[in-house]
Amino acid sequence: MHADSLGFIFLNTVLANNFVLAMFLGLCPFLGVSGKLDTAIPMGLATSFVMLVSSVSAYAVNLVLVTLDIEFLRLIAYIAIIASAVQLVEMTLKKYSPGLFRSLGIFLPLITTNCAILGLALFQTFKGYDFSQSVTYAFGAGAGFTLAIALMAGLRERLALSQLPSATQGAALSLMLGGLLSLSFMGFAGLGGGH
Amino acid sequence: MKRKTDNRIDWETFSEGLWRDNPVFVMLLGMCPVLAVTNSATNALAMGLATTFVLLASGGLISAIARYIPKQVRIATYIIIIATFVTMVDYVIQAISLDLYNALGAFIQLIVVNCMILGRAEAYASKHRPLKSLVNALGMGLGFTFALLCLGVVRELLGAGSLFGVDLFGENFQPWVVMVLPAGGFLVLGTWLLLFDWIKQRKTQSEGEELHAR
Repeated sequence: MHADSLGFIFLNTVLANNFVLAMFLGLCPFLGVSGKLDTAIPMGLATSFVMLVSSVSAYAVNLVLVTLDIEFLRLIAYIAIIASAVQLVEMTLKKYSPGLFRSLGIFLPLITTNCAILGLALFQTFKGYDFSQSVTYAFGAGAGFTLAIALMAGLRERLALSQLPSATQGAALSLMLGGLLSLSFMGFAGLGGGH
Repeated sequence: MKRKTDNRIDWETFSEGLWRDNPVFVMLLGMCPVLAVTNSATNALAMGLATTFVLLASGGLISAIARYIPKQVRIATYIIIIATFVTMVDYVIQAISLDLYNALGAFIQLIVVNCMILGRAEAYASKHRPLKSLVNALGMGLGFTFALLCLGVVRELLGAGSLFGVDLFGENFQPWVVMVLPAGGFLVLGTWLLLFDWIKQRKTQSEGEELHAR
């Protein structure tokens, strides 16, 4: 497959260069909301949606910035877009699914400071992706994030049932689990071959 | 927003971030750069200093103008102030060392979304006098740098057999490559946390026994 083809970009972002497990983006929700599968999957989907919206808008805004030659404002412009996209998701969820809105709690507005989303917008700009490539990249990143957080939640649900030494409870254990997941995802590295 | 009356600056203001409320080991904030750029000690140090600068500059400015910012738009204002300073750091690093800039990559710009900085702005800088906020921000920044170095040193030592780029073990050393790969970051940070939890537990246990013996 050619390195710029859409299928390659998608597979590469979901598996070989998974945003969470290989590039360390979006760790806060990955560690914070992965306690239960019931909240982890909606969180993954909400994040994917924000990724998609901000990827499309970031592409458009970047075009404007480049034509006006004011690229130094990129960071500020991107963060403003992402904050509004999150606000949009928040209002939608509050109206259509108040229960879910409550269970996601503080982590919903915190999607704004999820580095996976700003990272996605920045990477697609650095890599010089065109429109369809950017959208595919956003889909891949969202799917990869959802996959990682769902796997993690599944593991933690099983662990809650087993007996552990008291010192290993809490964040240390989650990080160890993350390390093992990341190790197993390294097996996909042969698929992608570099960034 | 009500300002706290207590504006004394003491050792506690500074040392809080270094150990008791260390942003990485205790509060688990700003994890993404902690794991992503600590594959060598040099990167870790550079990232720590860049973050400290942004923390200091944004903390000082926000605490100086906090009373003029309407409450509804404060988070947006903080983010924009932080983003401005990060853009500055980004250009400065690019000018000083292109190698470092390429090694850190997008993670310099991603300092904007480091939750530690926004957290300090909201929880501390907006409620205290500028000087006190600066002292506290310096402590937090150094605590963050310390934590990054803890990871960077271990990972570079085990994964590449060197420290700050200087080869330590000679040719016969078989590098433990996984340590500089993503998985190593998770494992090393997990081990540090485990160690700190264990020490804390031992401490509370021995304190309890002392109390019992009395």
